[in-house]
Amino acid sequence: MSDIATALGGARSQGSSSVSEAPMQGMITLRGNLADPALVAAVTGLTGAAMPSTRQITQGEGGSLGWMSPDELLILVPHQGVTDAVRDLSATLKDQHALVCNVSDARAVFTLSGPTAREVLAKLCPVDLAPGQFEAGELRRTRVAQVAAAFWVDAQGDFTLICFRSVAQYVFNLLTEAALPGGEVGVFA
Amino acid sequence: MLLLTCPYCGVEADETELSPGGEAHLKRFGPGASDEDFEAYLFLRDNPKGVHLERWRHANGCGKWFLAARCTSTLEVFGTYPAQTTRPPEDVLEAIRAKRPGWEMPA
Repeated sequence: MSDIATALGGARSQGSSSVSEAPMQGMITLRGNLADPALVAAVTGLTGAAMPSTRQITQGEGGSLGWMSPDELLILVPHQGVTDAVRDLSATLKDQHALVCNVSDARAVFTLSGPTAREVLAKLCPVDLAPGQFEAGELRRTRVAQVAAAFWVDAQGDFTLICFRSVAQYVFNLLTEAALPGGEVGVFA
Repeated sequence: MLLLTCPYCGVEADETELSPGGEAHLKRFGPGASDEDFEAYLFLRDNPKGVHLERWRHANGCGKWFLAARCTSTLEVFGTYPAQTTRPPEDVLEAIRAKRPGWEMPA
């Protein structure tokens, strides 16, 4: 069995905010009818998180649930439990028109923390990141410069960003450059 | 810069987050149709200066196709609506008629 490795081996950079690649995160894409009671019970039971409404991300003891589109859910679970979770969900939803797919290895995860985290992202995304406009609990799918990404912010103001693994180096470089010392804009200060 | 509100996820999306899909409300002519109808369905598109009904995809967002009514010369947006419809909803039509009296939905 091969060792599990993240895309950039936990790369880290420190500027006006710090950018670091997160450890492996179990990630499941679920597509199906999100209003179906059996589906809701299965995912909330798995993670302990409440069912998220449009563009929300919710957290529970066993993981998180993120609303990706009207028929798509992102399920975050610990990496070692992802295979079991996919098997159990697939079994529960086998009579439904639904898809459960382990996408952990297809993605890279970055954490962005520091006083300029908001403006670092605002430099790269067409999103209103002003405090009050984008707050904890919201999940935003958008683009980061030229590639697709999604991010959310926690109550401490730390951002988590996910992107495709194939563009991990590109996104890491973008974030690092946008956080270079001397590049502070102070627009949200 | 064009800002369209995605009717599925509610994001006021920047043009760079979307991909354009051309004219909306095309009627499909498939097997058994006349050559003229098939050609028109495949190739012939309106190119109006003024109100245009268009398809857009929230490509870097929720990934859904939706429809938008906008003016091609002023970039004014009259409304956006889900794609599962063969004609614009009444409130979008009202918004267009209020700003562009005499406008008729293209046949």
